[in-house]
Amino acid sequence: MIEELIDVLLLVALLLVALQVIGSRGLLAAIMTFGAFSLVCAGLFITLDAVDVAFTEAAVGAGVATLLMLAALRRCGGEPEESPRVHWGGLVTVLVLGGLLVWGIRDLPPVGLADNPAHEHVAPRYLEQSGTEIGIPNVVTSVLASYRGFDTLGEVVVIFTAGLGVWLLLSGRRPEEEE
Amino acid sequence: MIDLGLYNYWIVIALMMSGLYALIARGNLIRKLIGLNIFQASVFLLYISVGFVRDGAAPILAPDVESYSNPLPHVLILTAIVVGVATTALGLALAVRIHGAYGSIDDDVLDRQRD
Repeated sequence: MIEELIDVLLLVALLLVALQVIGSRGLLAAIMTFGAFSLVCAGLFITLDAVDVAFTEAAVGAGVATLLMLAALRRCGGEPEESPRVHWGGLVTVLVLGGLLVWGIRDLPPVGLADNPAHEHVAPRYLEQSGTEIGIPNVVTSVLASYRGFDTLGEVVVIFTAGLGVWLLLSGRRPEEEE
Repeated sequence: MIDLGLYNYWIVIALMMSGLYALIARGNLIRKLIGLNIFQASVFLLYISVGFVRDGAAPILAPDVESYSNPLPHVLILTAIVVGVATTALGLALAVRIHGAYGSIDDDVLDRQRD
């Protein structure tokens, strides 16, 4: 009961914070409220039993991503922003797409039922066998590091590629040096 | 007892669409990336909502617990969060580079420079 109530309240708070992020004046305010958005997100993940995801979101989303944005703002901020006006094409696109999505999700089973199709396939096996097969109480860790270890390897490759890209972009010669 | 029904998914769609709107409508490249991040967060929320089991525990094995939430979406989203921040970093680096080359990170200003 209390969990569902917290879920409902946090989701409303999340939407309000998101609208605040998008509508805020000034880039610094937008970035800082985005940090708050990530933190509310992390709280929501805890009420939805995803504790590992909440840790990661709080550290990476609210921490690292906000920090990266602040660093970028330091290097290319200070530009006066044009005051936001309604972008009709975007608004229509978003409303049509949102309407289609609402129409599409009516077929989904309600949130939280134990016999939803998503819980019938491979998840019970992880929950029943990973304790003896891998020997770690945290099932998420077992799946991440062992059953789906290749996924994690792929993730590391993506991070390496992104790091390489950032390094090449920011350490390369500037146009004025080339002349 | 509050029946959540599809409530989580409605909010996910609203978040997704506001992120997409920011991505389309705002000219500033950093604001576009913030919109992209909100869109991403809504997808995370969609997966975690799918994995949620009411009255289930967090998927950490304990002797006297019978019902757990689904651990698989959690694993996928852990990976997605880290990949998402890598994408954001690359996008921000591009913005910094564009600012270095053209003196602006505003889409409209850059468009006008080209004309």
